[in-house]
Amino acid sequence: MSAGPAFDPAAPLTPSGNLRRRQAVSRAAELAATAAAVAAIAVLALIVYTVASRGAKAIDLDFIFTGYPTGVGPMLLGTLTISLVATAMAMPIGVLIALFLTEYAGSRAAGPLRLTLDLLNGLPSIILGLFVFALLVDHKQQSGFAGAVALAIIELPLIARGSQEVLLLVPKSLREASDALGVARWRSVLTVVLPTALGGIVTSTVLAVARAAGETAPLILASSVFDPKSFSVNPFESMPNVPVWIYKLSEEGNPEGFTEAWGMSLLLVSFILFASLGARALLARSKRKLSS
Amino acid sequence: MATTVSPAARVGRGARVSPLRRRLDRFADRALFGICLLAALIAAATIVLVGYQIVDGAAPAISKFGFAFVYETTWQPNFGTFGAGSVLFGTAITSSFALLLGAPIAIAIALFLTLLAPGKVRGVIGPLVELLAAIPSVILGFWGLLVLAPFVQSKIEPFLHGLFGFLPIFGAQQTTGLSVFTASLILTIMVIPIIASISRDLFTAVPPELQDGAAALGATRWEVVRGIVLPTTASGVVAACLLGLGRALGEAIAVSQVIGAGSEIQASLFEPGDTLASRIALQFPGALTELHKASLFYLGVMLLVIGLASNLVAQWIGRRFAYAGTVAK
Repeated sequence: MSAGPAFDPAAPLTPSGNLRRRQAVSRAAELAATAAAVAAIAVLALIVYTVASRGAKAIDLDFIFTGYPTGVGPMLLGTLTISLVATAMAMPIGVLIALFLTEYAGSRAAGPLRLTLDLLNGLPSIILGLFVFALLVDHKQQSGFAGAVALAIIELPLIARGSQEVLLLVPKSLREASDALGVARWRSVLTVVLPTALGGIVTSTVLAVARAAGETAPLILASSVFDPKSFSVNPFESMPNVPVWIYKLSEEGNPEGFTEAWGMSLLLVSFILFASLGARALLARSKRKLSS
Repeated sequence: MATTVSPAARVGRGARVSPLRRRLDRFADRALFGICLLAALIAAATIVLVGYQIVDGAAPAISKFGFAFVYETTWQPNFGTFGAGSVLFGTAITSSFALLLGAPIAIAIALFLTLLAPGKVRGVIGPLVELLAAIPSVILGFWGLLVLAPFVQSKIEPFLHGLFGFLPIFGAQQTTGLSVFTASLILTIMVIPIIASISRDLFTAVPPELQDGAAALGATRWEVVRGIVLPTTASGVVAACLLGLGRALGEAIAVSQVIGAGSEIQASLFEPGDTLASRIALQFPGALTELHKASLFYLGVMLLVIGLASNLVAQWIGRRFAYAGTVAK
């Protein structure tokens, strides 16, 4: 460096030598990063646009409220029932796990439990399908309930983690005030801590439902042989449901079936997008309210 | 409650609260703890039970084929011979392709979100990228089947074959576009949001003093990223990629819709193939024999082992990294 040209105080302050190259590299990297983000958004837009434009042609009142072949009412009803049953199982357990993590567990119990939740969250959904098949379907019959168990396992870690985050935000002062009044632990948990966190718990549950509602792999093994004409709310028999029906229609290769599948995809995607966007906004708001 | 104050009442809470109430409180406290503990145990038991049921379902195939099942490549349900070699190959190819293509894009998106995008753009694009993960796989697969596969077949395959045709992986184009290549592209779309959102959180946590220090020494933005941001988060990013890998390995539905269900090992990416997960989804509902079912369960065992392993390694790296991070602060 010292062997370079003498320092000239009058030289203009412009990039020269390798600085010009370095700045070019930097600018190219910025451009590439921006391009990557634009590409991801473009793919999302392309998928949503395709689903919306092709699905809109299929959807009318008959499509939503009547059975096969004019509509997909039974599938919608079945998916609704399965999701409700799954949530009825996953939500209480998930919230209790979150309570255990925030109220009772020391770091020794919390570590393994958190790892368990992470592992549950990482289980491939087809594995859960095999699991419920072996546990509930094999040598018996397919049922919406078996599917609901698989979906409950998918929802459980999401609900537990979401609720835990909100429970941690419940102000210490509230708990301390409750303790100072001599209120028993269980009473302050049920009447002070949980109600304060309720909004956040409900929205994380909605997020979990949105994630589980479109799961297909477990239902292929648990609830795939059904009559697309019959409206049924009995979870102990095989129930028609949206994801499996889309899957079947896509395998059949029949253009009318494709239109029907696009219509169902549009219904499912709009439910998921609205539920997750809405829940996310609400969650951010209730977190802000709790932490302020 | 009490209107008259006796001297005993000043002694403490015990004197004021009725014994019945106290006993009730103690009982309810224990009960609440008990149910919470029970819920936690249910979660742990679920993992164990899942493992047990899958291995139990695979038992006939495990005792018949032993470990050779893992690398044997013949899969002929009609003749009762099963081997996972070809689907293991398919899984390795599709997942590594998805990761090789998806990870750099996802990391670039995360860098864009943390370092380049102004606040408002970040608030819009961040959630949108995560929404990409919310699209159900069956719909992504359906889109892949009807929109992406024809495009791949008519445009991308001839282009790549023309350019790199001397490499065996870019073989001659096929008639349908249902191929390992298309499946890998779908998986790429699936892993990007996972890796991007975790990496973004990591990049946000990089101490600004370090970045400002580098910038003050004359580093360009890219040099700050190369020299500061990526090295301090490297292990976390690797963990994020492993989580993405776990997602790619286990995806059954979307892959089974676009991969074309081939049963041979082919050099060309444009040929149909199959993966562990997609083979289960495709063949299980129509499984011919108990042995066929058990073999599919065996694929499930392999998938479970690989999936849990990548997840555990990711957690381990993530935890080590978190530890290093707190020490550095």
